[in-house]
Formats: sequence, C-alpha cells, structure tokens
Amino acid sequence: MPPAPEAPSAEWPRGHSAFRVREFRVVDRQQDTADTVTLALAPLDGQPLAFAPGQFTMLGRVGVGEVPISISGNPDRGLLVHTIRDVGGVTHALATSDVADVLDVRGPFGQGWCVEDGYGSDVVVVAGGIGLAPLRPAVLRLLAERDRYRKVSVLYGARTPSDRLYPSEVARWRDRDVDVVEVVDQGSPEWLGRVGLVTTLVPRAHFEPGRTLALVCGPEVMMRFVTLALLDLGVPPDRIRLSMERSMKCGVGLCGHCQLRELFVCVDGPVLDYATLAPLLAIREL
Amino acid sequence: MASHAMAVLDVDGLQALLDLLRADGWTVLGPTILDGVVTHGEITSVDDFPRGVGDEQDAGHYRLRERDDDAFFGYAVGPQSWKAELFPAHELLARREPDASGVPPRLAPEARAVALFGVRSCDLHAIAIHDHVLLSRSHADVHYGARRAETLTVAVSCSDPGGTCFCASTGTGPSPTDGFDLSLTELLDDNGHRFVVRSGGPRGDHLLDRLPALPVDLDDLTADAAVTERAVSVMGRQLDLDGLRDLLYDNSDHPQWDDVATRCLSCTNCTLVCPTCFCTSVEDTADLVDGSTERWRVWDSCFTSEFSAMHGGSVRTSTRSRYRQWATHKLASWIDQFGTSGCVGCGRCITWCPAAIDLTAEVAAIRATPAAGPIDQSDPAEA
Amino acid sequence: MRTIDELLHEHPFFAGLDAEALQLIAGCAANRHARTGDYLYREGEPADVFYVIRRGRVAIEADDPVAGPMVIETVDDGEVLGWSWLIPPHQWLFDARALESTSTVVFDGKCLRTKCDEDPNLGYDLMQRVAQVMYARLQAARIRLLDLYGVPGAARP
Repeated sequence: MPPAPEAPSAEWPRGHSAFRVREFRVVDRQQDTADTVTLALAPLDGQPLAFAPGQFTMLGRVGVGEVPISISGNPDRGLLVHTIRDVGGVTHALATSDVADVLDVRGPFGQGWCVEDGYGSDVVVVAGGIGLAPLRPAVLRLLAERDRYRKVSVLYGARTPSDRLYPSEVARWRDRDVDVVEVVDQGSPEWLGRVGLVTTLVPRAHFEPGRTLALVCGPEVMMRFVTLALLDLGVPPDRIRLSMERSMKCGVGLCGHCQLRELFVCVDGPVLDYATLAPLLAIREL
Repeated sequence: MASHAMAVLDVDGLQALLDLLRADGWTVLGPTILDGVVTHGEITSVDDFPRGVGDEQDAGHYRLRERDDDAFFGYAVGPQSWKAELFPAHELLARREPDASGVPPRLAPEARAVALFGVRSCDLHAIAIHDHVLLSRSHADVHYGARRAETLTVAVSCSDPGGTCFCASTGTGPSPTDGFDLSLTELLDDNGHRFVVRSGGPRGDHLLDRLPALPVDLDDLTADAAVTERAVSVMGRQLDLDGLRDLLYDNSDHPQWDDVATRCLSCTNCTLVCPTCFCTSVEDTADLVDGSTERWRVWDSCFTSEFSAMHGGSVRTSTRSRYRQWATHKLASWIDQFGTSGCVGCGRCITWCPAAIDLTAEVAAIRATPAAGPIDQSDPAEA
Repeated sequence: MRTIDELLHEHPFFAGLDAEALQLIAGCAANRHARTGDYLYREGEPADVFYVIRRGRVAIEADDPVAGPMVIETVDDGEVLGWSWLIPPHQWLFDARALESTSTVVFDGKCLRTKCDEDPNLGYDLMQRVAQVMYARLQAARIRLLDLYGVPGAARP
C-alpha cells in the first residue's frame, strides 16, 4: 500500500483544475429550434478553452447546478459554443440565458472523436437530432484538412425540417466536397427533401466499408440501428465510433454515476468504439 | 511485511501511546461504544475503548455482548468505516460570495490531523483502495487528499472476526501487513495483557522510540501468530474469488438477480457501510439571504432510483438492475477499473442489510448454476 | 436509347437477376416519366402496377382535409414503389407524388403475376426481393414510430 500522499499544493494541478470553475460570458444566443439554443461564450479571464472534437464541459449556472454539454464550436478558433436542449431544470436555466449572463464552465473532459484516425480513409458522419451538435467540431476539423480524407459523407436525420440544427452551415458543407444527405421523420408542405429514417441513408452513402471511419451520434436506439446498418456493409466494429451519454455529476470519473459496467463514460468516453461497446449495449439496464 | 521496529506495550504503554499521539498534535479517533454499536469517536483514554466488549454479527444482525475478559479490541468492525472521516458524507467543495464574478470560488479542503486508531486490516485495504480510486487516476479528489495527508494510522490485528467476516478469502486480513504507522496485536494470556507493536515506517519508529516499550520475546511472537491463525479459522463467511469477474460479466441475466430483487429494499445501507463505496453527487445551494452559493459533495448510492437518471428517466429502474450493478461493480468491474477487487471482506453489507441479504451467498448461488438453462417456457394456462 | 432490360440491369432492385429473367419481365414494363407535382397514383385507385425509380424523388402521402398532404416517406432513385399489385384488393392506400422530375420503369402487375405463375423460380426470386424491401420499410417505420428525436421521456408514465 502506498504511503500517505503529500499535501495538495500548486503542484497538484490535476485535482484543482477538474473542480475549479471558470466563468464565461454569453456573447451570442441563437434559438435553433423550439427547445434548442446555441450559445457562444467568451472567457472572463481571456484564456480560450482548447478542446478536442467530441469533448464536453460541465456547464452550469450559479446556484442552479451544472450538466455535461458537448462542445459544438470550431476547435481551431473562436469562442466556446454550446448547443443546449431545454429538457430539465439546469438546461432550462442555461437555455434561457441571455447575452451578458455569466455561466460556469469546467472542462473540457472526455475522449473525443479523433477524426484524424480517418486520414486516408472515407469518413461517414451519421447524426440524429441534437446528435449533430457533438459532431460539428469533428466535421469542422475535417474540413480544415479536407484533402487528408477521401470521400466524406454527412447523413443527418431530424424530426422535422425546422428541427434541423445549423441548416445553412450544413448546406454549405456541400461546397467543401462533402456529400450531405438530410432526412426528416415528418415532412412539411415546403419540404421537398427526403422523408424517412436516417439508417436507410447508410447503404446509399458513398464509402468503401473496409476503408472507412464512421462517427455516429444521436439517441441510443438510433445509434444501435445505424451501427447495424454499417456493420451489415462491412465496416469493422472498431472503426465505428459512438458518443455515449450517461448521468454525470463530476465529469472526471470520481462520482461513479456515468458507469457503463467497467467504463466511465466521462473519462473512457463519451466517444467509444463499437468493438468495446457491443457486449455492453446488449445488456438491458446496465 | 514492514521490517521496522517491534516492541511490546502493556496497558499503561497503550495509554502512553494515546498521550503521545495527542501531545504530537493528533486528534485520536478510535473504537468506542455509542447507541449500542462500536463506532468511531474521539479517544483520550484507554477507558474510551470498548473494553471487555465483544459482538455477534450475522446477516441483518448485530449485538454487543459481554466478554469474559478485558480485551480492548475483542470485536469485529462496526457499521462505521473510516470512510466517514476521510471521505465524509457532506464535504464543502467551494463557496462563492455574492457579486464575486471574476473571482474564482474558494476551494475548501480543510483537514485536521487525525490518528486513526484501531484500524482493522480490511479497513486498511479499503483506505488503500480509496487512495487509488480518489487520488491516482486522471483526476484527483483534493479534499480526500487533504484529509488523507493529515492522517496517521494505528492498526489492530483482529482476534475475533465476526460471523459476517470473510477477509481471509479476499486476501485482506485478518492481520495487517502494511499501510500503517503502527500495528498492534492484543494478547491476553499468562504472560499478561499486552500488545505486540510493529512499526510500519519512520513515523512509527519515531513513536516507538518515545514509548515505554518492552522487548519482544519468542512467546509474544508465537502468541501473535496464534491470534491470526485462530482468527482465520473462525471467519464467518467466505467468498470464492476464482474467475469471479468473468462469472459476473457472463451472468448478467442470471435468475438469481431476479431472486435477490424480491428481497432487496434498495435501502442503500450496504453502500453506506461499505468502506470502499465512493459514489457521490454534487449539490449546489444558494443562500437566499446573503446571496452566497456553495457546492457540496455528498454521498450517493447506485441503489437509488435517481442515480442513473438522465433527462427523461433512469437507466436502471428495476431493483434487479441496481443490485446487479452494485455486486458486479464491487466484485468484477472494479478489477478492470482499479486493478483489485472492490471488496475487502469486512462483512458490513451483510450485517447491516435489513433484508439479511448475504453477498457471498448470492455469488455462490450464481456460481452454482452459471449461465442457467432456459426458463420453463410452457404456458401456465395450459398446465 | 437503351432497352428496358438494360435499364433494369442497372437498377439495384434487380441486382443479380440474370439477363434472361430480366428480358422476360421487361416484357411487362414500360418507361414512364413524371414531372414535378405529377401523381404516379392516388389513394383509392386500382393498384396494379409496380414502379422502379430510376431518377428523381417520389413522396408517399396521405391527404388530410385540413393539414393537406402529409408525407409518410420519400422514395428515391434506386428504390421501388408499390406492392399492392401483389396483395388483393389491389388498391392504392396512399398518394404518390413526384417531388421533382422523375424517371421510372412501370411494370404491369397482372403481367408480372402471370410470369411468376409460369416460372415459379423467377416468382420466388421476385418475392424475396419484394420481401426485403418491405422488411426494410417496416423496420424504418417502426423505428420512426418511437419518435426518438422527440422530447426525451415524454412517452414514459
């Protein structure tokens, strides 16, 4: 058994940095859909938050609480961007924040998409609903080095046309040699696009299964079916990455809430490959 | 085994040790009786110890009894582990004054210098496990670290394991092997009421140097070994660790989980008394009068229905899934996460379960019929 | 100008069907083009054709007096449309409207059924292909019923 450790000091940055809160001011607020808002945040201390696509922060409001929210901004420049869906007490406080409000940020935490593992390969990005939010930084990072990847497809499923996130930006990705295909569950009178399920887009997408990196994010059921479609085509399980979600209180592997059997989603994930996840996703109520 | 100084202390010497620790600035916490149980309280005199007291422990059963001798440490562990001191149920993490925008909240690790007296081997291993889980991974819990850094440990070798103890099978006792400053084995025989004291390091040596210690002789060593040998032979329970991780991973659908779920009340007692459980939650409170806010770390339990709650509901809604989570984590996933089992064989979860559920029996039931055969699929209406 | 069986040969639905079989069923088929807004069929009409979409997009819809046309699903190039030709009473249950300029090959149902009766192996092969399409559409429809993108937990009591 190791001897009692040294007292904490300036040389204990690990513990301190994980629990120390940084304050950020809301500098822009966009209402994306009826219940989803995108906030752009600037650090009060002037230090930009460097992050890897796929990571999250614990985003909070003083006295209300904090929740894990994926980072949705450009990893190579700019402000801290978060897309928040109003589904509970804390997210409501965040989603109703206004420009000039101050929010608390801890992080960034977690394992990201590592889209660079797709260098020299085709990349298929499959997003469902708000699942596009954690994938956006990966696409932006990829676009910054577009020529290092082969064919790139973004398959995006949303509930209705007006529920799509970042619609004009996503449309512009087509100009960057990205095959963007959108589909909705329910159309609208003006919608001339596809109506159907995002999984059905997978067999139609242009990629070589043996030479592909697939990044998938959305409701867990949707991710399972998309994964099946990818596996059916021959994409190896360790080249399919999912962003998992579980209850989180600390974001740093200490509170125990986010465990998926032996994995801590906040530390070992949230991005995890299907080869690791396969036995775990099969167990109900794990 | 630590190869530092060894000596013998008599009862007066034990008091001298307490006095020395206090003179050195340590608050001494040790076993004492409160509300009908042996718990941890402040110790100033040997009279504070449960002298002449023993215990009876079984599933859902705990009673103190009168011994026919004067032993200070003649009982097994009580409901309280050292977790309550090093990793308290409520810990202030940070406090922010009103209108303090731009000023980071004050982190509040505060610790008093505490000598943990009478620490059993199981609890020593539990502390080592917490050291690993809370301090040596990608992020550390500074508050635990601050308390832990101000800790001195005097261990005691168990002479009277309880009916629910199984440290012998988990390899975590009954005799402390390292991780202590001093370790005592209590002896009561024709050679007198005395304690064989081993030092675990320089701090222990320094204490022994300043105590009225007597030399150790062969009789003392023989008696010491006999205490441990006897303790091993009277262990109340046993747990077969062989292949346990794979056994539990492979049996996530075993009918035993359904069976235990009919008895388990999800009362969270087991997680409260377990010395290695570490799950917590974070609570933010706001003072409506002065506008200050505080962030607290509080104990949580995987047995609560909200533990796995996300927007829209919980992942583990059934008691079945929550008992399975706790047992599988403690005995299997822990090994993948932290390199050791999470169970130290202290038996508290068995003793303090109001439904008398015995973890060792549940595991044995799964082991007896692994990957159980198909459930009877005939239609009861057609029987 | 290519022959119908050449067009069919390119179409994913008939992948693997040998040239002889293709020629056989091509005898039941004709080219048909729909302009944007044209209806390929309407609810209630007798349904005895089967469409193979070569290019374009068709919306399968139900018309509501107040909400107007509600799109259930869109069918794109490389896909097929309609199996009421297989299942009595051979009547369309929905509308099918071209959302853009759409090129199709349309098969006469009765002709196809006759050919299947005469050549059961061909019939079995075609049934398997149709069953696969129906399976995929049913799976997709079921998953969409879960409304996964809806408000989380809204369905729970």
